[in-house]
Amino acid sequence: MFAPLIRWLDERIHLDDLIAPFKHKTVPRHRLSYWYFFGGITLFLFIIQVLTGILLLLYYRPGANEAFESVQYIMTRVQFGWLIRSIHAWSANLMIFTAFVHMFSVLFLKAYRKPRELTWVTGVILLVLVMGFGFSGYLLPWNTLAFFATKVGTEIAGQVPIIGKPMMIFLRGGEEVTGATLTRFFGFHVAVLPGLVVVLIAIHLFLVQRQGMSVPPKVEAEWAANPAARREMKFFPNFMLREMMAWYVAMGVLGALAAIFPWNLGVKADPFVSAPAGIKPEWYFLFMFQTLKMIPSKVWIVDGEVLGVLGCSLAGLLWLLLPFFESDKASRAKVWITGLSIFALVYVIGMSVYGYVAN
Amino acid sequence: MATLRIKFRPLPAASFAGLAGFILLASCLGYGQAVNSCLDCHSAQPGRLEVTPEKFSQDIHAQKGLTCVSCHGGDATSYDPDQAMSRKAGWKGKVDRRQIPQLCGSCHSNPAYIRQFDPSLRTDQLDQYHTSVHGKRLAAGDAKVAVCIDCHSVHDIRPPSDPRSTVNPVNVAKTCSRCHSDAAYMKQYGIPTDQFAKYNISVHHDAMVVRGDLSAPTCTTCHGNHGAAPPGVDKVQNVCANCHAFQAQMYEKSTHYKAFQAASLPGCVVCHSNHGIHLPSDAMLGTGPGGVCMKCHAPGDRCDRARVAILSNLTQLDGAIKDADQALHLAESSGMEVSEARLAQDQARDSLTKARVTIHTFQPTLVDQDVQAGMKIAAANLKAGKDAMVERNHRRIGLGICFIAIAMMLIGLWLYIRKLES
Repeated sequence: MFAPLIRWLDERIHLDDLIAPFKHKTVPRHRLSYWYFFGGITLFLFIIQVLTGILLLLYYRPGANEAFESVQYIMTRVQFGWLIRSIHAWSANLMIFTAFVHMFSVLFLKAYRKPRELTWVTGVILLVLVMGFGFSGYLLPWNTLAFFATKVGTEIAGQVPIIGKPMMIFLRGGEEVTGATLTRFFGFHVAVLPGLVVVLIAIHLFLVQRQGMSVPPKVEAEWAANPAARREMKFFPNFMLREMMAWYVAMGVLGALAAIFPWNLGVKADPFVSAPAGIKPEWYFLFMFQTLKMIPSKVWIVDGEVLGVLGCSLAGLLWLLLPFFESDKASRAKVWITGLSIFALVYVIGMSVYGYVAN
Repeated sequence: MATLRIKFRPLPAASFAGLAGFILLASCLGYGQAVNSCLDCHSAQPGRLEVTPEKFSQDIHAQKGLTCVSCHGGDATSYDPDQAMSRKAGWKGKVDRRQIPQLCGSCHSNPAYIRQFDPSLRTDQLDQYHTSVHGKRLAAGDAKVAVCIDCHSVHDIRPPSDPRSTVNPVNVAKTCSRCHSDAAYMKQYGIPTDQFAKYNISVHHDAMVVRGDLSAPTCTTCHGNHGAAPPGVDKVQNVCANCHAFQAQMYEKSTHYKAFQAASLPGCVVCHSNHGIHLPSDAMLGTGPGGVCMKCHAPGDRCDRARVAILSNLTQLDGAIKDADQALHLAESSGMEVSEARLAQDQARDSLTKARVTIHTFQPTLVDQDVQAGMKIAAANLKAGKDAMVERNHRRIGLGICFIAIAMMLIGLWLYIRKLES
């Protein structure tokens, strides 16, 4: 049915030449191949975010007096509005989850090593931007929890020495969280962040396509010892079809979450009431939040919060530069990085759980 | 070599040293502040004569610059007791209880004097006091009744807005109870002494003390403060009407008003009691232990039929609101968005409250109008809750269909991959 159309396009833009690299590209096939799918699932969820986000934009009105009501309208009056909003909210959370899984899988499979340092760097920056999506998007329904979470979150940003206060005022659009903050966050959420993320995803994918999939060192060693064991599959269509299966599974999970647990709207934000007791950020910020909570108010002569924010920033920077600490040669660094990776995973999960159950 | 010779003269040197020492000591002791010899002695006096500078400094009068002399006369600048407490210096000594209202009134009834401290402070306290039961009895020679200092305390009088003041709204009932709950002290007056105990279990006490609503009534709200007196039997509804205006208006147009007046019954108190007023409930219209109607009415009479109709209406609306609440809660716990209906439930509750106020007309048709308005809203909210549950079921069916489609796609893809790789 599509053959005449494809032929027509091929005559004009040489379609075959364009897809030729994908036809020749292969993907290593081994017992850990399934970890490769998480990057693709994250991309799929991002596409869902863009599509549902565009649909939400048809009705959403940014503004302290209209935002909550417009989301309420979407949830109750717009045909399938509840589904679009719930999918948008759930896929945001799933996207951050799969991005974390993807990052740790890359870490444990040592896929960040030379020559893939830039892929890791772009990936970590993408994760930060995706969390920025979560932070800015959380405020948009203008409900009580979002209002106070933003207040606390921007206050933490304000703790950074020297640039903290101006940065907090820039984020809030003033001294306090107001309608100006909402408008600003809306701008970040629908214009600034998507632009940055699309560029970085393009670079990330280009690097993945250019450098191919990394093979874990253990599998590599096994293949070196027994070359007959080396197995590959074509990227197109074999890997793509498997990836599509993963996307369908992700779609099923997303649909189930959205239909069975529609995303709660909450109560409209009232800046004049006190913050709800035991307010906590979204789950993906919990490990950092709990860390800051556990640092004493004064450590020697340094303010605890400042120390916490600086510590987290330094840890983030080291995380970003992680591939550059590992060399090709067998060294202590390799063991050290593996140990650090395990510690980071246990720490993130442990502190998130502790933050969730702690009062 | 030139030498400097100083001739030492003992007397001028001693005088100079003495003056310097005095200046130094006076500076240290804060010389120049107003001398109050009264407090110097009375801070060391035992029992009721003891007035410390700390205690007196809490007094609003001290804070406004008045001293002991302002009330007691005398010469506070003299440390000689004979001079300080001499009649010549105007010393009055302990003020006689009977003279206290007059003494306080000498300033507090003078608008020109009071204006310089607080232009908004009333100056009719003494006039009011003369009209009160306390004032009348005092004039008749009964020195046991309350005078200003019994309620406001003495030497540490705080403004009523101060939470530590004995006449702060939260403390008024306790202050009154010091005399009115003392059965021995009140014996000669032949009035009950259980008012404070009853007030403590009342809805008004709950509002004032538990909920911290300082506008809630306490003793003085109904009885007056300086002009304190029991409200007259036929004036009770005027007292209650200060807060419960709608109920009072309805009551005054009702058949009960005339009937109660004819029988010299004290209005609101007949059904609600006075000091121990509980939160009204629909049970007051029932025939159970909390019921009040059947204390006067006979079963089956016209009024009893009206009672049954009103109670049935209220019960119906109360039940409808609870049903709607339940349905909305179920929908909400299923993740459905029903906040608009939740908000509308408040309107239904308002209708129920309005109907409960309209009871004071004792006309079932008027109560029915409010109840029907509430029933309409509650029914709409119940429908919203049920519709949400139907919608939830549709969503789950839709999800099931999507699952089937996704499963078919997965199987199809799997088969295709197998075929491709075989």
